[in-house]
Amino acid sequence: MSSGLMSFIWEGLANTLLLTVFGALLGLVFAFIAGLGRSSERKWVRGIAMVYTEVFRGFPSLVLLFVLIFIIPTFGFQLNPLIAGILALALNIGAYAAEVVRGAVKAVPPGQLEAAIALNFTPVQRLRKVILPQAVVAMIPPFTNNLIELLKATSLVSLVYISDFTFAAQLIRASTGETALVFFGLLVGYGIIALVFTTAMKLLERMAARSLGRTVPSGLFGRKEVAA
Amino acid sequence: MDWDWGYAVDSLPLLAEGMLVTLELTLAGSLLAYLLGLVFAVIRQLRIPGLSQIVFLIVEFIRSTPLLIQVFAFFYLLQPAIGVKLSPFLTGVIALGVHYATYTSEVYRAGIDAVPKGQWEAATALSLPRGRVWTGIILPQAVPRVLPALGNYTISMFKETPLLLAIGVVDVLNRAKEAGAETFRVIEPYTLAGVFFLLVSYPASILVRKLERRVGTV
Repeated sequence: MSSGLMSFIWEGLANTLLLTVFGALLGLVFAFIAGLGRSSERKWVRGIAMVYTEVFRGFPSLVLLFVLIFIIPTFGFQLNPLIAGILALALNIGAYAAEVVRGAVKAVPPGQLEAAIALNFTPVQRLRKVILPQAVVAMIPPFTNNLIELLKATSLVSLVYISDFTFAAQLIRASTGETALVFFGLLVGYGIIALVFTTAMKLLERMAARSLGRTVPSGLFGRKEVAA
Repeated sequence: MDWDWGYAVDSLPLLAEGMLVTLELTLAGSLLAYLLGLVFAVIRQLRIPGLSQIVFLIVEFIRSTPLLIQVFAFFYLLQPAIGVKLSPFLTGVIALGVHYATYTSEVYRAGIDAVPKGQWEAATALSLPRGRVWTGIILPQAVPRVLPALGNYTISMFKETPLLLAIGVVDVLNRAKEAGAETFRVIEPYTLAGVFFLLVSYPASILVRKLERRVGTV
């Protein structure tokens, strides 16, 4: 394969990683806002958070991409396609991850919160010093699943003409006719990226657990099963 | 650009055809995923040397790679290689079914693992034939508990069907695209397609949650 074609692949690969990493970071922000919002004392905050999670969990990411890429320009301004892609993916994965945040916060034993209140911690202190350090450890394994789902969903952006890994590979297939090589390369490529992400998350999980004085069973590979 | 009710109503019949296709894809794909997932789960549980490991690797590989690429590979690579030509719809059903079977197999596995060990031991003590142990004892206890999780994957699948427009399946999103290309009005068809997904998946998820409360989760 000529180096010109290879540069397409590298650019596509870079865009796929960009979409995944920034989609995950922005999704994390949405997830924490919505997830913590759902356990707020104020009813309207809970309401907004619930509408966000329900709507974006019920909405296919591809439809969301179509809306951001094809409808928004009809209102007169154009989002950078890559940013639109990140936003669509983050809105979607954030809604799923919000449920993870909510579940993990709910799973912290109530005695912890009561103790923090007894010690006269402010609400922010309770959250920052008592609830979150424990909840975050429980969030990491399901977040790993969310991250892999996000990585897989990034391939959808190729359908709205964003030049990600899939798009670049399709271009190469069109120009060289190397169907077998291209699809095999794509599958293996995504498989390897997924493996790298799961391994990194596994390390993160161990670090987080160790900071709480817990240990995680060994075995670096393989995803932990978390109920959907 | 303003919302045009007349155009929205006019495009409904065309979209409705697509909605039907989307629902058919989901139904057929789910059925395949439920059956194939059970087969995967039982094969892994039987611990047949070689076969169980191969199934494990296949399941992990399919779960880690995008459905879109699997659809492409199945349509443009595998089918010509083995000399068959399936319709885009059938290709979509099989791809969805196999992809989600890897998820449902994990669900079944959790359900099978949740059956108390004493049940297996009792079956052995009664020297029941292996087939009877599965069909008469293990699965009747394992399957009801996993129904909510299976339902959740059907909802996920429903929301992933639009990507099949890439191989020419004429689902609701593809119909919306068609309508938009014809009239250069995209707001109405895409919004209606989105609303359709919400109107189906939200009640469905409430139903699944109700079921969850009744049978519990694994």
